[in-house]
Amino acid sequence: MKIYSIYISGVGGQGIIKTSVVIGEAAMNAGHEVVMSEIHGMAQRGGGVSTELKIGPAHSSIIAEGTADLLISFEPLEALRALPKINKNTHVIMNTAKILPFNIQGSDYPYPPLDDIVGEMKAKSKDVKVLDAVEIANQAGNVLSMNMVMLGVTLTVPGFPLDKERLIESMKANLPEKTIPINMNAFEEGFSKF
Amino acid sequence: MNLNDILTGKEDEKLFLLGNEAAVRGAIEAGVKVAATYPGTPSSEIGDVLHCLAKEAGIYFEFSINEKVAMEVAAAAAASGVRSFTFMKHVGLNVASDSLMSAVYTGVRGGMVILVADDPSMFSSQNEQDSRHYARLANLPLLEPSNPQEVKDFMLEAFQISETFEIPVLVRTTTRISHMRGIVQLGPVEKRPEKGFFQKDPKRFVPIPATARVMHQKLVQKIEKITGLVEKSFLNKQCHQDGNVGIIATSSAFNYCIDVIEEDELPLKVLKLGFSYPFPEKTVLNFLNSVERVIVVEEVDPIMEKEILAIIGKYGLNVEVNGKLDGFLPLIYEYTPDIVREAVYNVLGLKMENFLIQESNLPLPNRPPTLCPGCPHRAAYYAVKKAAKDLELSDVIHPTDIGCYTLGVESPYESADYLLSMGSSIGSSCGFSKATDQPVVSFIGDSTFFHAGIPPLINAVHNKNRFVLVILDNRTTAMTGGQPHPGLPIDGLGDLAPEISIEDLVKAIGVSYMKTINPLNIKKSVEIFQEALQDQGVAVVISKYPCVLIKKSQKRGISQLVVTDSCDGCGECLSTLACPALYQADDKIEIDPLLCRKCNVCVQTCPQGAIKGRRTDK
Repeated sequence: MKIYSIYISGVGGQGIIKTSVVIGEAAMNAGHEVVMSEIHGMAQRGGGVSTELKIGPAHSSIIAEGTADLLISFEPLEALRALPKINKNTHVIMNTAKILPFNIQGSDYPYPPLDDIVGEMKAKSKDVKVLDAVEIANQAGNVLSMNMVMLGVTLTVPGFPLDKERLIESMKANLPEKTIPINMNAFEEGFSKF
Repeated sequence: MNLNDILTGKEDEKLFLLGNEAAVRGAIEAGVKVAATYPGTPSSEIGDVLHCLAKEAGIYFEFSINEKVAMEVAAAAAASGVRSFTFMKHVGLNVASDSLMSAVYTGVRGGMVILVADDPSMFSSQNEQDSRHYARLANLPLLEPSNPQEVKDFMLEAFQISETFEIPVLVRTTTRISHMRGIVQLGPVEKRPEKGFFQKDPKRFVPIPATARVMHQKLVQKIEKITGLVEKSFLNKQCHQDGNVGIIATSSAFNYCIDVIEEDELPLKVLKLGFSYPFPEKTVLNFLNSVERVIVVEEVDPIMEKEILAIIGKYGLNVEVNGKLDGFLPLIYEYTPDIVREAVYNVLGLKMENFLIQESNLPLPNRPPTLCPGCPHRAAYYAVKKAAKDLELSDVIHPTDIGCYTLGVESPYESADYLLSMGSSIGSSCGFSKATDQPVVSFIGDSTFFHAGIPPLINAVHNKNRFVLVILDNRTTAMTGGQPHPGLPIDGLGDLAPEISIEDLVKAIGVSYMKTINPLNIKKSVEIFQEALQDQGVAVVISKYPCVLIKKSQKRGISQLVVTDSCDGCGECLSTLACPALYQADDKIEIDPLLCRKCNVCVQTCPQGAIKGRRTDK
C-alpha cells in the first residue's frame, strides 16, 4: 500500500491527540502499519497543536511539505497555518468555529474574515469540506464531541483508507464509556453531513 | 487503548504506543524494581504512566525531588542487585551528572538504565544540548532508538549490557521519538526478585582518590570490552546496499533517510547506528571501505561525523564526508524529511523535482501559548506590578524560573527578565541584589523551589541579600502535566505521603519577612507585596492557590461573570490581564463563558467596576 498521510491541526484542548489515536489504532487493527507524531508540553496552554499520521510503510512520522493526503483542521486559522503541508490534491476538512488567539488585540495582524480563509483554502485545495463542527456537536449533545464530528467526516473523503466499523470500534476503545452515545451521535452527524 | 494494557498486555500482542509508553513497557518486561524521575518534557509521560501502573507492576516508583536524587535512588538500587530505571529530560541530566560521573566508576550489580530525552528545536526547553556528549564525558554505553518498538526493545538490551558489564547504560531519545506513536509488539515479562541485598565493598562503592584511581582504570577496561560487543551488536545494521555513496544515521534522522531512499528509490548504502558509544570503529571502517562518499545524518551536534573523520584520518581512507561540518546539513534544530531529502539530493548531485510549497496569502496572526484563564500566576503578576508601581519603584528586575510562569515573559506581564536553569531565579537574585541598586522581585514555582531553590535561599539569607522572592505555589508540577512533589500529600505510587511545608522550610532558613497570600484576592496581595518590597532583607511571599487544571471553577454559587453596561470599553482588563476569556466586542468587552473560570480577578481590577458575578438562579 502507498503511504496515506493525515495532518491534523487545531488548538490545545480540542481533542486532536485523542482523534489521532482513534484513527491510528483503527489503522493498526485493520492490519496497516501506522506511525504518528504528537507534540506535548508548552503547546497545551492555548497554543497551536498538530499531529501527523502516516498509514502504510513509513519510518518517520513527520509529513514532508506538500505531501499530506488529508488535512483535518479543527480551527480556521490553523487550517491556514497548515498550508505548507498540503498540495492541490489534498482533501481538506475544516471546522469554521474560530478560537481567537489570546493576544489577537495586540497582534500585528487581525484574525482574517472566515470567508477569506475558506476562499484561501479553496484556492489551494480542490476539495474543501467546510462545516461548523461546534454547532453540530452542540446539537449532538455536547460541544466536547466536536472532534468526533470531524472524525465522522473523514469517512466521506475519497481514498480514506479506513472503514466505518474500524473507526467506531477504535472510538469505543478510546473514549470514556458514558460519553459513547453522544460521541456516536456526533460521529454519525459528521458522517452524514457530506 | 487503556493505559493498563501496557502492564497487562500479553506477549506478541500489539499496542499503538507513544515512545514514552513503550519505555515503560520495556522497564516492565525487563523486571525493573525501582524507578525514579523528576518530570521534564519530553520525558514526562514515562513518569505519568508509571504513576498509574507501578504499584500493580511491583515497581517502586518515585517522583524524586530532582534528577540528581533520582539518579542516586536508581544507582543505589542497582548497586543492591535489582534492576533500576531513571529518566529525565536533557537538562535534567545536567542536574544528575555529578552523581552519574561517579555511578559509572562504582558500577552496578543489577542493570541500571538512564533514559535521557533530548529536545532538538526546543519545543519545551531552554536549550537543545546534545546528551550524547554525556556518554563520552562519563564513559558509559549509549543506545539510540528510532521508534517506539525500538525504545522498548533497546531498553531490554540496555539492561542486558548493563548487567553483563556492571555499568549504567544511557538510552537517548529525542522529542520525535518520545512523542512518536507506533505499533509495538510486546514481549514476555521477566520475573525477578522483589528485593536486592547490598553486599558491602568499599573498594568498589566508595570513590576516594585511592579507590577512584583503580575504578577509573577498570572503567576504561570495561569500555574496551564493550567495544568488542558493540562491533557485533544487532543494534547496528546495514539496511540498504546500493551504490557507492553511504549514509550513516541514527535516531529520528535515520527515519528521514530511509523514507527518502525508499520513496524516491535512491541508490544508497545505509548504516544505522543504534548502539553508538563506544563508537563501533570496525563496523564503520568496513562500511567506509565500501563507499566513496558518506553522508552523516544525526541531530544537533556533529558527534558521529567527527568520529568518522577521525577513523578516515587514522586509516588514511579516501572517503569524502558530508554532514554538518561542511554545511550540507544544519548545525542547529531538529531535522525534517525535507531537510534530509535536500541534503541527500545535493550530495548525489540530483535535481529535486520542483514543486511550490503552498503558503497562506492571508497574514497569519500567531498563537503563542499563554497562562490559562483563571491561572493564579496572572493574578500574582498583576499584584506585584501594581505594588511596585504604587511604591514608584522603577527598573525592577524579575529573575524567573522554569515552569508555566515562565510564560510571564510575554506582554503584558513582562515578569521575566533573567533565566538560566531550575532554581536560578534565587541564585541570580543574589547576584543582581549585590551588583546593582535595582529592586529585585523573583519568581519560582513550588516544584522548582523543592527541586533547586532551597540551597540558594540559604545562600541569600546568609550573604545578607535584599530581594523579594515570590514562590508561586500552585500545588502541582503544572507545566509537565500535573505531577505531585514533596509539598503534596501524595507520592509516586499514589499513596498518602508526608507533606513538606514550604512555609516551615522558609521560616527555618531565617528570612526577614514571610507571608502567604491568596493571589486571587488582589487588594490584600498588593498590600503584602508592598510590605515585602519595603523589607530590607530576603522577603518571601508564598502565593498559594491551586492550578486551574487541577481545581474546578472557583466561586461556588456564581454561574458566570458578565460585563455590565457600565463597561466603557477602556480595554484596561485586556491590556493588564490578557486573559484568554476576555475579548473586545464592538465597543465593549465581553467574557467567553466557555473559557472563564470565574477567578474574579477582572471583577476586582476593572476601573469601572463593570464586571459582575451573576448568581446561580435557584
